[in-house]
Amino acid sequence: MLAWTIYLSFAGALLCLLTPRTNPRATRAVALATALGGLFCALAGAVQFKSVNGLEVVANIRWIPALGINYSLVADGISLTLLLLTGIAAVAGVLFSWNIEHRTNEFFAFFFALIGGVYGVFLSADLFLLFVFYEIAIVPKYFLIAIWGSTRRDYAAMKLALYSFIGSGMVLVGMLAAYAISGLGTFDLNTLAHYSFAPEFQRWAFPLVFVGFAILAGMWPFHTWAPTGHSAAPTAASMLLAGVVMKLGAYGCLRVAMTLFPEGLKMWQHELAALAVMGIVYGALVALVQKDFKFVIGYSSVSHMGFVLLGLVTLNEIGWSGAVLQMFSHGVIAGLLFGVVGRMVYDRAHTRELDALEVMGLSRALPFAAVTFVIAGFASMGMPGFSGFIAELQVLIGAWQAFPKLAMIAGVGIVIGVVYTLKTTAKVFFSDKPVKADPHHEHALEPISVPERLGAALLIFCTVVVGLFPRLLLDLIVPSFKSPLFDGLRKGLGW
Amino acid sequence: MNTSDYFQLFAAVAPEIIVVLTALLVLATDLLGMQDLPRSYRMSVAAGLTTVGCAGATAWMFINPTVGTWHGGMFVIDPLNELVKGVILVLTVLTAILSIETRFTRHCGEYFALLLLATAGMMMLSSTENLLMIFASLELLSLSLYILVAFDKSSRHSAEAALKYFLFGGLSAAFLLYGFSLIYGLTGTTNVLKTAYKLFLLGPDTMATVALVMIVVGFGFKVAAVPFHLWSPDAYQGAPLPCAAFIASGSKVASFFVFAKVMLFGFNQLGWGAEEGAVVGWIPLLSMVAAASMVLGNFAAIRQTSVRRLLAYSAIAHAGYILVGFFAVGNAAFASVVFYVATYALTTVGAFGVLGVVEAQVGGDQLKDFAGLSKRAPVLAACLMVFLLSLAGIPPLAGFFGKFYLFAAALKNEGHTLPFLWLVILGIAMSCVSLYYYLQVLKQVFVVESDEQARPLAVPFLTQAVTVLLAAVIILLGCAPNWLLTPLQEAIVEMGW
Repeated sequence: MLAWTIYLSFAGALLCLLTPRTNPRATRAVALATALGGLFCALAGAVQFKSVNGLEVVANIRWIPALGINYSLVADGISLTLLLLTGIAAVAGVLFSWNIEHRTNEFFAFFFALIGGVYGVFLSADLFLLFVFYEIAIVPKYFLIAIWGSTRRDYAAMKLALYSFIGSGMVLVGMLAAYAISGLGTFDLNTLAHYSFAPEFQRWAFPLVFVGFAILAGMWPFHTWAPTGHSAAPTAASMLLAGVVMKLGAYGCLRVAMTLFPEGLKMWQHELAALAVMGIVYGALVALVQKDFKFVIGYSSVSHMGFVLLGLVTLNEIGWSGAVLQMFSHGVIAGLLFGVVGRMVYDRAHTRELDALEVMGLSRALPFAAVTFVIAGFASMGMPGFSGFIAELQVLIGAWQAFPKLAMIAGVGIVIGVVYTLKTTAKVFFSDKPVKADPHHEHALEPISVPERLGAALLIFCTVVVGLFPRLLLDLIVPSFKSPLFDGLRKGLGW
Repeated sequence: MNTSDYFQLFAAVAPEIIVVLTALLVLATDLLGMQDLPRSYRMSVAAGLTTVGCAGATAWMFINPTVGTWHGGMFVIDPLNELVKGVILVLTVLTAILSIETRFTRHCGEYFALLLLATAGMMMLSSTENLLMIFASLELLSLSLYILVAFDKSSRHSAEAALKYFLFGGLSAAFLLYGFSLIYGLTGTTNVLKTAYKLFLLGPDTMATVALVMIVVGFGFKVAAVPFHLWSPDAYQGAPLPCAAFIASGSKVASFFVFAKVMLFGFNQLGWGAEEGAVVGWIPLLSMVAAASMVLGNFAAIRQTSVRRLLAYSAIAHAGYILVGFFAVGNAAFASVVFYVATYALTTVGAFGVLGVVEAQVGGDQLKDFAGLSKRAPVLAACLMVFLLSLAGIPPLAGFFGKFYLFAAALKNEGHTLPFLWLVILGIAMSCVSLYYYLQVLKQVFVVESDEQARPLAVPFLTQAVTVLLAAVIILLGCAPNWLLTPLQEAIVEMGW
């Protein structure tokens, strides 16, 4: 069932491409059906999850025996959580791009090629396969931004593509070296995770692979692709970029770098934690002074992803489960924020300058957008009752046990997060400056459409449900750390 | 030598003989019977005959899978070189089909005859282990290619490219021959396998190193590796399109195969050279050449505005990647090099196919001529995306697996050291650079919109068929590399190396 998320997405991409250029309605129907189908498969897979030691083998077929490569798909609670996130982001993304009229069929083809790659990464249990899916996700991102993007799209698209490719190149070097030096003749993650690499090897291989993945997770100082990429991308692509693509990086750090090289993780733990906290604080501070609405959200993403990375390097289970929960939570909330900024506001007001938005009286003109943004803002700040709260709390508890000083600095980052979120909300939606009539917009802004409302409702629903009942996901996530995939890591940490 | 031996040899060389006879037949048909007919008709007939001839040669190899050695390695047939020859014949057919729609010449018979003679040269090159034969067949190949490059008599570029190609080629052939003669003087044999043994007995020797350098110069020219690459951008740009495609594909396959054979067999004892003295083996030498090719090819390609030149520089870079495969231990070296070069050749022919349509209908090969291609010729644009992304090494395309396998093979070592890690890192870093310029082309194709009045391109049916077929093959070989890899490895295992 779970494997069908991948096949369905690629089939949907092909089908979207084949729908006539002149009939965007047909394309949208196909796209929505594909996204819903993917979400359904992920949900059904999560409900029927039959785990043996925390793992469920989805597929295992010999692929390229000469190199010991198998087509091997395995799900655990972490993959399930992220598959669900991908499904939700895909549905919301389709709903928020209902107004794409220009080359609609190609848009959704690239969209689902990206989604298919993402599903694939979250399910792969073979290093080669994981890498293949990881790279499949690169090219669609480029075209989504370059063709349908806005501000400086050429630059942003190329920057994103090159950053991703360089990151994956680093991963490739580490993975080939691990393959060659282990002499096991296999790319199977489970087998490699049980092999003890020499500490000297791990000393350079771990940071190489970890940073390679973390570039895509927006780790400071390699985060600069994220704000430019997010703000240039069309709404659905920003939602996917912040929502799931950044999670690919974090997932790779956890699944590959950490399980393969636990010794290296211990050696570099403090440096990486410092970088993560730097990202949290730096992202929040920069968000504070942005003039472009989307850049605020873009930098807030960098800040929130810092929590994921911090959680990963705490080396305790509460930090890890917090990190995974934060991946889910940030995926949903960032999707919502980008939906409001990119689709509801920018597509109508045609500007993202905070100063220009201030005088448009948006809370009157677009009350639904205002309410949604307030809710999303609360969730993003980490208010109790939303998913962000429980996730960041867990990360902070984990970090407190591992590095108390850094945890305190990260706490400062949360406070700054509150400041920029409130400031932006107040300025854009609830400014008391008099409303200036814009000569370009004599007509009232068009009302928020049904697909947008549905998309926003779906995302709000997810963040609230997980906020109120975090056990729904935690019961999936926590047992995963006991699975054989994490044997090497636990052993390496002396648990 | 008695008569039965002679017949055996005759049967073994039959594929080459078929190709040569086809060349003569094409020439005769065109010159004797068809001078008054329209050109398109003559092109079609000649290309048809070429296809039939190549198919016949391939069929012969399929039906009579012979294994044997004649005249002490002068002519050798084994499963591996049959496979390589099969690939070469396929590439010839594809080139011939791409030639049908072109208008650069009125000498149809001569053109196809030269194409076939070059093919015969490549086939002989692949199936010999004798230095003299290698040189002779390399000359047959090169001389045919020089003329093919100059075939567009109305174009100054074509003449310039041919002259440059010829002068560089002549010089490097001299180097090669000199190297071979030194080897002969040192070892008293022209057989590659025996050479290896004699060189081993001889021990580290300065003279052998001199010969080695000469030989690397000669082959480095053929495969367009830095610093012997200067001819290639001009040749790619000036040559008639199908000829450029042929130089980039078939000639590469044959040259790399024989280069690998000479290095890995002939000099297998001289890998690292000796500690003392100035005796250097081919591994340090070639790793320099590989690194320089990867770096220069990729960085020079960034600056190109002509897509032909861009492909030429990318070819130089790919030569660098392929050389990395030479350092693999054991069977993996041949398997990875042949896999890479075969898929690379197919991809390049496809890219040239698309390029040909754009040149013919838009009028140039500049980047801006590709603007809006996705609207004007959607199928071709999709195929071009497959080809270029495969060259950049994006999965799930054949180019990705080829590169992956090359690098994995070069790293995998008996000991727990990674002597070629730096080359692999460099190769992967340079792949990132290459993505940049491939995306520049794709940006024109997919992102930039064409003018309002730009009409859809009229794509010739055969060209479209060839490019779609090639794109499908590239995707399939990327998803299921086993289809080529398994026969390759079986062939290599069967030879018992």
